[in-house]
Amino acid sequence: MSWDWIGSHGPLIGSLLGEHLYLSVVPVVLGLVIALPVGIVCARYRRLYGPVLAATSILYAIPSLALFVFLIGITGLRNETVLIPLTLYTLSVLVRNVVDGMRSVPEPVRDAATGMGFGPLRRLVQVELPVAIPLVVAGVRVATVSNISMVSIGSLLGFGGLGQLFTTYGIQLNFFTTAIIVGVVLSVALAVAADALLVGLQRLLTPWAPR
Amino acid sequence: MFRLRHAVALVAALGALAACGGGSSNPLTDTGAQRGTVVVGSANFPENVLLAEIYAQALESTGAKVERKFNIGAREVIFDQIKSGRLTVLPEYNGALLAYLDQKDPSTATEAVDAALREKLPASLEILTSSKAESKDTVTVTEATAKRYNLKSLADLPPVAGQLVLGGPAEFKTRKQGVVGLKSEYGIQFKSFKTLDTGGPITVSALRKGDVQAANLFTTDPAIRENHFVVLQDPKNVFSAQNVTPLVYKSGVDAQGRAALDKVSAKLDTVTLAALLERVVVKREDSATVAKEWLTSAGVLG
Amino acid sequence: MTIIHGIIAWLTDPANWSGEDGIPLRLLQHVTYSGVALLAAAAIALPVGLWIGHTGRFAFLVVNLANAGRALPTVGILVLVVALAGIGFLPVLVALVVLAVPPILVNTFEGIRSVDPTIPAAARGMGMRGTQILLRTELPVALPAVLLGLRTAAIQTVSTATIAAYVSLGGLGRYVFDGFQRAQYDVVAGGAVLVAVLAVATEGLFTLLMIVLVSPGVRRRAG
Repeated sequence: MSWDWIGSHGPLIGSLLGEHLYLSVVPVVLGLVIALPVGIVCARYRRLYGPVLAATSILYAIPSLALFVFLIGITGLRNETVLIPLTLYTLSVLVRNVVDGMRSVPEPVRDAATGMGFGPLRRLVQVELPVAIPLVVAGVRVATVSNISMVSIGSLLGFGGLGQLFTTYGIQLNFFTTAIIVGVVLSVALAVAADALLVGLQRLLTPWAPR
Repeated sequence: MFRLRHAVALVAALGALAACGGGSSNPLTDTGAQRGTVVVGSANFPENVLLAEIYAQALESTGAKVERKFNIGAREVIFDQIKSGRLTVLPEYNGALLAYLDQKDPSTATEAVDAALREKLPASLEILTSSKAESKDTVTVTEATAKRYNLKSLADLPPVAGQLVLGGPAEFKTRKQGVVGLKSEYGIQFKSFKTLDTGGPITVSALRKGDVQAANLFTTDPAIRENHFVVLQDPKNVFSAQNVTPLVYKSGVDAQGRAALDKVSAKLDTVTLAALLERVVVKREDSATVAKEWLTSAGVLG
Repeated sequence: MTIIHGIIAWLTDPANWSGEDGIPLRLLQHVTYSGVALLAAAAIALPVGLWIGHTGRFAFLVVNLANAGRALPTVGILVLVVALAGIGFLPVLVALVVLAVPPILVNTFEGIRSVDPTIPAAARGMGMRGTQILLRTELPVALPAVLLGLRTAAIQTVSTATIAAYVSLGGLGRYVFDGFQRAQYDVVAGGAVLVAVLAVATEGLFTLLMIVLVSPGVRRRAG
């Protein structure tokens, strides 16, 4: 384990970490932004949910590696080539969670809101979504951890992020285990930190929930 | 009090924060070279990154502003980028570049290959003078295999090749400078072909472990010396010259830059390149440091 | 639309259905890699999940470890094992097992945990002991959850087994990597379609298993 190498390559490791964070988080935000309205609509109109679910299942089944390679032919070697497939995967996971979350709102609660004079939009934002938060956040957690792992698959094709420590600085430098281990450790640390942050966010958003 | 509003603000802030931290070391993420900046690119393997770094520093010594875009993973993308001027300098290998432009061209010697290239390159590009340094294709075996079958050259292979598995990159199977040429020129037919990587660590590992008994490696690979591999001679020149040659986007490099690159090409040879590469791959020194030290000792810098 | 034509052309070309780079062989390799990895993962995760679910001991530790395990980057594990043991099936096996264990383990644990406690209590009252209770009463009730975990793991494994090609192995990932190297995007797309079909078929298989294996009483309750 070469600690000198780690010491002298701090800035490089830092920039790869930053890049990895960007490539994993942006798809989650984008995926959520799309999944929320789609999920809300599917929860209301059951007939739509079937085909949407089928479409997202098929999407999820396509191997990420192939999607990356495929998009290289279209968008080239830019960040978008990684961001688009990851957003689609996040979407596939989150739509299900949003629908389940919306459906978990007890009917009496909805009725009470209507009875109190809440219009449909106000009821959605102030009653249904808050109740759905735990299930949605559960989905966001899974998607985030998943994305953090998948960004590294992009490095097999030359994309950035911590995966570069596995390929360019690891395998290509005569199987340099130090770089590989740093990459694995930071990847796990990133995922664990992101997960903890999301749990904290959930607690913030649902102060009424039992601890 | 309702927290959803706070949550949306928080998520948006996180998103914006993450967006600021993005895309720094990933090549080709911005709009391209500004006027007057030379953009040096490289492919996705250590030797090419080292050569690109050498070029970059040589160009910087002329006072030019240099942008580095290293580790690009696909040849097609790299070529597209330099053809359109988004990259302006690339360390190329004349034989491989010619094969990319015209699979059927029969030229194998350095001068013939360079002449063919000058004809076939698109109008926006040109090659400078080739260096003596070559990173040639080889068929390489382990010391044990060479001893066992008494192998010194490719001509020794035909009687025993049927017992050996050959490993190399995917295109080696279909190239004239590969399985096809080996069969037509030497009559070699291997037992089977295993797709590995382009003369990289996967190929070295496979040869070492015995997953393949013969492998396509490049002459400058430090693994050859490290593992006492035996490079089989190629008397019939199935494998063409692969001189390190700067490929430039014509209007992207000025006369001073070209002179600097020519100086590098003049001073670089195969033995030197192999030694420098060994420092990067085996000793894990930074290519920037290795490049600087060599350029200084060769009189190109300082 | 041309890419769809390209995929169809590639899939219908008889040349692509024979030989060492043919679809049947690659498909078989892919199924083998995924199957062996899934079996190995199940062999590890099922007993552990069942035991900690039944006894409740070490549950916190094991479940958190499993969730942290989800965070391990598959490519990183693959490359690390290659660095230590050279290329071959071992790096792929280890990476895929690491990927498959968390969903199986956590789902099995949760499944057993959520069994109505009156059931094992009644079983104990009937004279059953430890493993008997677990296997004859808790497991059948938890079966939908266990099978769900196996299904999730199976789909992820089938999809990720494409990276076996990175370390010179076969499988459908060969089409993706080789196609990329040669800039033959219809081959890449063809390979992707095949993996997707295989993954969907795997999901179908496990859904069928869920219908066949889960006792009607449990199925009715789970809805």
